[in-house]
Amino acid sequence: MEIRDLKFSYGDRAFIQGLNGHIEKGKVTTILGPNGCGKSTLLNLIVRQLKPQGGDIFLEGRSIQQMTAREISRKIAMVHQQNRAPADLTVERLVQFGRMPHQTMLSSRDEEGDEAVRWALKVTRMEKMKQKSVGRLSGGERQRAFIAMALAQKTDILFLDEPTTYLDIYYQMEILNLVRRLNREYGMTVVMVLHDINQAMQFSDDIIMIKEGRICYIGSVREGITVERLSEVYGIRAVIHESSENHCPYMIPLVS
Amino acid sequence: MNANIHRRTELELTAGRTARRILYFAVLIFLLLACILISVNVGSVGVSLRDILAALGSDEGGIAGVIRDIRIPRVCMAVMVGANLAVSGVLLQCVMNNPMADPGVTGISSGASVVVLIITMYLPMHTSMIPVWGFAGGVLACILIYSLAWKHGLSAVRVILAGVAVNSVLGGVTSMISLLNSEELSGVLNWLNGELGKKSWTQVRIMAVYTCIGLFLSFLLPRCCDLLSLGDKNTKSLGYDPNVLRIVISAAAVLLAGISTAYVGVIGFIGLVVPHISRMLMGSEHKYLIPFAALMGAVILLAADTIARTIIAPYEIPVGVITTVCGGPFFLYLLRKDNKGYGD
Repeated sequence: MEIRDLKFSYGDRAFIQGLNGHIEKGKVTTILGPNGCGKSTLLNLIVRQLKPQGGDIFLEGRSIQQMTAREISRKIAMVHQQNRAPADLTVERLVQFGRMPHQTMLSSRDEEGDEAVRWALKVTRMEKMKQKSVGRLSGGERQRAFIAMALAQKTDILFLDEPTTYLDIYYQMEILNLVRRLNREYGMTVVMVLHDINQAMQFSDDIIMIKEGRICYIGSVREGITVERLSEVYGIRAVIHESSENHCPYMIPLVS
Repeated sequence: MNANIHRRTELELTAGRTARRILYFAVLIFLLLACILISVNVGSVGVSLRDILAALGSDEGGIAGVIRDIRIPRVCMAVMVGANLAVSGVLLQCVMNNPMADPGVTGISSGASVVVLIITMYLPMHTSMIPVWGFAGGVLACILIYSLAWKHGLSAVRVILAGVAVNSVLGGVTSMISLLNSEELSGVLNWLNGELGKKSWTQVRIMAVYTCIGLFLSFLLPRCCDLLSLGDKNTKSLGYDPNVLRIVISAAAVLLAGISTAYVGVIGFIGLVVPHISRMLMGSEHKYLIPFAALMGAVILLAADTIARTIIAPYEIPVGVITTVCGGPFFLYLLRKDNKGYGD
């Protein structure tokens, strides 16, 4: 996926100016950056929730501006940060909405529908809860239910906007391990926004670091997160060590 | 073992839900039939179902004539208008994602009534066109209110505020037209307050045609409505434009409310109360909610109309007065209640 010269502004305040970048197929890419830097905006521009003022995004060599919303929804699934659903809707019905891109407004007939829904419920371990209503789910279960809906779309690409925000550490790990499994076992390309730098280092292959609407770094996570860059992007002092357990680097912020 | 127990409770849950829905539908159908029978009976010597059928088939005068030409058209009108207003309310509440929207609050009813009033006062013409004018008036009011309330999408609060403003302007226009035509006022006044009586079979037939179109359209919309209830972002990422869906659903709602207002005037709060009770009984899936609300709207308006014409007999209160008096407090109750079950 190619991002070329992307521009976007809220009102007349220029926000994102001339973004260029490349998102690798089959990898987990995390978008990092301080609050209000344009992470979510970039994610929303790529899935065309927002329309850019300039530039374009190319998916498999085709401009997404030329695709219909339906075509995009068959290629990219997105899990939003905040979701709304009627409280009495069952998990199974919710996940069935994920088949909308493959159905028409008038009929819910589609051949792979049941299979896709079953698979999505299985992967997210929501099978046992499929008759439970959304209003009675815990925060983590709720997030998994919406991920299951996105998975039922059966796309190759999955976007997640801050999937771990509002969850405690147990559910955060559950979601991130699920994301990893989707990538490793099912070959999905994952693009997500995270706040936690350590989680980004653990769970992603590539990162995109954004500051004030510009990309500061794009590429492999190991080379990307350095003490200097953390100070440049977030304005914090930190040390980076490597875990003796799994040889993954981790970061500890210091008192400045 | 454990999985087995689990599967059983699951099945029971689904089965229970379905059984409950069927039961509620059955009760409503029974109530509707009972209401029809009572409504035809009230105010005269008792008539049995056989008498009613005989009256429909005959062309005698007397009691049979009264039943055939006055009561039955009135019952038909109440059933159709009740269903239309209730479904219109369901659709508008879905569009705005707020249980306080209805054809009255959003100004659609008053838009329709002003246009119909102007047409009947100044350009009297063939009655079959009246529902079309009602629809046109509803569309105008709806466009006006939506464009006043539009700011990065529709917010229910802004729509309701804009609706209040537009409603009072239209109310002023209505008063002005009524005053300018005071010699024809009494009939008009009753119509403005919502009146189901004095309808001919021709009007009933015309109304039936438009009602069928409107209800047929709204029975095609459940999936659109359900999708919208997941919020704009999810609607978009599932490949549909939420604002296009809103316009389509609103069009059906305006059609239903516009044609009803055109013939029977403003009948408030049916579109507010009925969807709310239906949602409590049926849940939020529009596949069940829309037909259920249609039935319940028919029952409630028919019951209200029967009360309206018997409570101070031989005089009649316009049914709109009854629904407004009972519905107003309900609106306040919704305002106080938090809407947790609805969206978030």
